Amino acid sequence: MSQITDLSFSELKKALGDRTLSSVDITNAFLDRIETLNPTLNAFITITHDEAMQAAKEADAAISNGTATAYTGLPIAHKDLFCTDGTLTTCGSKILSNFVAPYDAHVVSQCKNAGLVSLGKLNMDEFAMGSSNENSYYGPVKNPWDTTRVPGGSSGGSAAAVAAQLTPLATATDTGGSIRQPAAFTGTSGLKPTYGRVSRFGMIAYASSLDQGGLIAHTAEDVAHGLGLIAGHDSRDSTSANQPVPDYTETLNDSLKGKVIGIPKQFFDDRLDSRMHQAMNDVLEVFKSLGATTIEVSLDHVAEAIPAYYVIAPAEASANLSRFDGVRFGYRADSPADLMDLYERSRGEGFGSEVKRRILIGTYALSEGYYDAYYKKAQQIRRLIRDDFNRALSSCDLLFGPTTPSTAFVLGEKTADPVAMYLEDIYTVATNMAGLPGGSFQAPLIDGLPTGYQLTGRAFGESMILNAAHQVQLATDWHTLRPEGV
Amino acid sequence: MYEAVIGLEVHVQLSTDSKIFSGSSTNFGAEPNTQASLIDLGMPGVLPVPNAKVFEMAVKFGLAIDAEIGRESIFDRKNYFYPDLPKGYQISQFEKPIVGPGRVTISLEDGTSKTINVTRAHLEEDAGKSVHDAFDGMTGVDLNRAGTPLLEIVSEPELRSAKEAVAYLKVIHSIIRYLDISDGNMAEGSMRCDCNVSIRPKGSDTLGTRTEIKNVNSFRFVEKAINTEINRQIEILEDGGRVIQETRLYDPDKDETRSMRSKEEANDYRYFPDPDLLPVVLDDSFISACRDALPELPEARKARYISEYGITDYDAGVLVADRDVADYFAEVANTSGEGKLAANWVMGSVLAELNQTSGSITDFAVTAKQLSDLIGRIKDNTLNSKTAKTVFEALLASEGEVDAIIESKGLVQVTDTGAIEAIVDEVIAENPDQVANYRAAPEEKQGKMLGFFVGQVMKKSQGKANPQAVNQILSSKLSG
Repeated sequence: MSQITDLSFSELKKALGDRTLSSVDITNAFLDRIETLNPTLNAFITITHDEAMQAAKEADAAISNGTATAYTGLPIAHKDLFCTDGTLTTCGSKILSNFVAPYDAHVVSQCKNAGLVSLGKLNMDEFAMGSSNENSYYGPVKNPWDTTRVPGGSSGGSAAAVAAQLTPLATATDTGGSIRQPAAFTGTSGLKPTYGRVSRFGMIAYASSLDQGGLIAHTAEDVAHGLGLIAGHDSRDSTSANQPVPDYTETLNDSLKGKVIGIPKQFFDDRLDSRMHQAMNDVLEVFKSLGATTIEVSLDHVAEAIPAYYVIAPAEASANLSRFDGVRFGYRADSPADLMDLYERSRGEGFGSEVKRRILIGTYALSEGYYDAYYKKAQQIRRLIRDDFNRALSSCDLLFGPTTPSTAFVLGEKTADPVAMYLEDIYTVATNMAGLPGGSFQAPLIDGLPTGYQLTGRAFGESMILNAAHQVQLATDWHTLRPEGV
Repeated sequence: MYEAVIGLEVHVQLSTDSKIFSGSSTNFGAEPNTQASLIDLGMPGVLPVPNAKVFEMAVKFGLAIDAEIGRESIFDRKNYFYPDLPKGYQISQFEKPIVGPGRVTISLEDGTSKTINVTRAHLEEDAGKSVHDAFDGMTGVDLNRAGTPLLEIVSEPELRSAKEAVAYLKVIHSIIRYLDISDGNMAEGSMRCDCNVSIRPKGSDTLGTRTEIKNVNSFRFVEKAINTEINRQIEILEDGGRVIQETRLYDPDKDETRSMRSKEEANDYRYFPDPDLLPVVLDDSFISACRDALPELPEARKARYISEYGITDYDAGVLVADRDVADYFAEVANTSGEGKLAANWVMGSVLAELNQTSGSITDFAVTAKQLSDLIGRIKDNTLNSKTAKTVFEALLASEGEVDAIIESKGLVQVTDTGAIEAIVDEVIAENPDQVANYRAAPEEKQGKMLGFFVGQVMKKSQGKANPQAVNQILSSKLSG
């Protein structure tokens, strides 16, 4: 038998169900591996060793006395922007480096209620702003496939932890690609659900109209299990959708015969790297072999997505981050001279440079005299993008494209050029603007590094995305490849 | 000659049990920060969820001032930093308020009335309070008030004097009390007023530069603050100066306004729609349910009182201004069957007492039943106006019920003519000079002179003699 940490979430679920493994066995195995590898990878900010072992013991007791759920005792780890009661919740920032959350995020309590064992809190770009995980106050996360490379961001800790088998399932969030891009860079499966599918209560906000919680795991099936746990209406989030939650695992084996895959021509123009193009064609061949057909569609305004995103997201962030003022919680500057000094130095010393850049951009975009030219215009573009997607999805079941322009880049390669960094999200941002569900799943390696393909579905069409990806995973082994040397 | 141009922004705390975006209690006066939840504290990750009760209250107000109701209103973020503003922004409404243009009618001193247009009314959350005197050298923050629902009511600049401004404010106060959407208590801050004041030469139709006087917290101070500010601006213009657009504070101790910040220092609030909240969509059935639930409003009640109780327009206006006073009056009038007497007593003795003690009619010592009993005893001639006053004082001091007080104080009016005649004879015998003068005076002067004898008789009867009988007997005996 392979090592415990080689198993996927679904395989571990089966082993727990068969009683071939206990939660203590599983939890111990992952905690040991975290202890060994985290110093190199820096995927975890906080490891909740004792709490995890305690929860594992309680899980085993629940399993033996028959009070367990189907998921009791399985491991998970949370991106460090989900508030966890009694545990440090930093959001990757110095300004929250002393913040012990007084409550659980909805996603966290859903996982707890299902009996999952949390291993700890995962590293991320500060306030989820970044595409490389180099913006964390706690240092960059290394890509397990090549530790000189980035794991992507902002959910770099979540993706790296799954890829390196430090946890079989991780929560993550996606505002412009923060689940899908790191999933593509680390050879994992990641899903950003429809806006409103997962409650944002307890998720520290970056851009409220775009933020959405989701998951990263080894397979679409694992994600389907996790999504069933965290999706659903929550009265504490006004934007949470009151829509029934289907059993996402039930439709995984539906046939793809007759399904239509839309290929947005804008994602496959001559700017796309030829080897990435080839990798995408390889995936498309699998879809065709499974009985799906393809059609070309057009997303006319998708090129405007990045500029519009970099107005809307910073505008919302500029207000969302105002509460970090050194008054009630978090970092406070030493001996402030007066109120202004308290504000200026607490925020000046507490925020990193990318966060400051976005606060400045957002503040500018909302200022008197600029609001119409920037914020209003960006919202108009957003509506056009949403219309494009809905039109395209009326003629096909899913949209298909690359998740990223390239494979994982080298640490430091893009830190000096914010715009180059922003263009990392060129294929993913539009999905957030449209509020639609999007997943990234493993495609063939290029030069030994993972790539990902992206599927975008109709609103609340997560089942269709997971079904399609699962069928591809049954027919291929890209999702079974693991980084060597870690 | 100058003319003042005044507009008011009135902040009304809505009397919901819980806050506008959280489940915390809104009770006044709790220990600092005991009514502040994670949401009121602006903790990382928390989200606002609207209290649907505030929509009903705002719509009722809109309907009461005949306003357009916003079918789709939007919550916006108003961004500024202050320690008592936990999120660094206030959730308010900017471009699309829940209540659009409406109007109210105010009564002027000359007996005419004037329509004042209301620009809008919007929902927002209150901020907390900074506490400057509790800690030496430090400022404390109390967030109990943070998140209390406010309705901000903005008038057009159509008020032309401090008196008109107060009349408008009183009408708004009266409406919110009738609707029972706020306790309207200005001393506790449940109703606060910002006054925008400018002046211009009479007859001019361009507006002068305005100043805004923030947070004035009583009707009297609104009047004084506006008058003080008008005079200040007149002095500036008379001296050849220019009024600066700025925010000012009124200091009631010194009766002056002081600069708080100028326009240059003013915030750019960077309003934008709050992405955490959905647009508030109100359908016809919701609005008509609110309309059906509207109580009788002051204007309607005034008209009804005039016709039902035969009282004057002025009296009715005074009596209906406060819903509880109006209810009290109606009970007295209905029970006693004496509308005019009831109006006189409520407006005279009752309101005078309340004004003097700043008391509230709802816990007034004299119940409507007692006052109506008192009026009954006036009607049946047991009491005259003087003894009635004595009974009222006793009721105020909670000395018992009307008849028991009359009994114990021996206040039953003397209507026995024999007894009165005896006193009259005594008085005539004791004052021969005055009697001679009276009899020598021409008839038109005698009326006035009779007063002296009436006074003497009443004094001797300890106020209990029936005044009509005294008059009658005196004039017949003196002329005889």
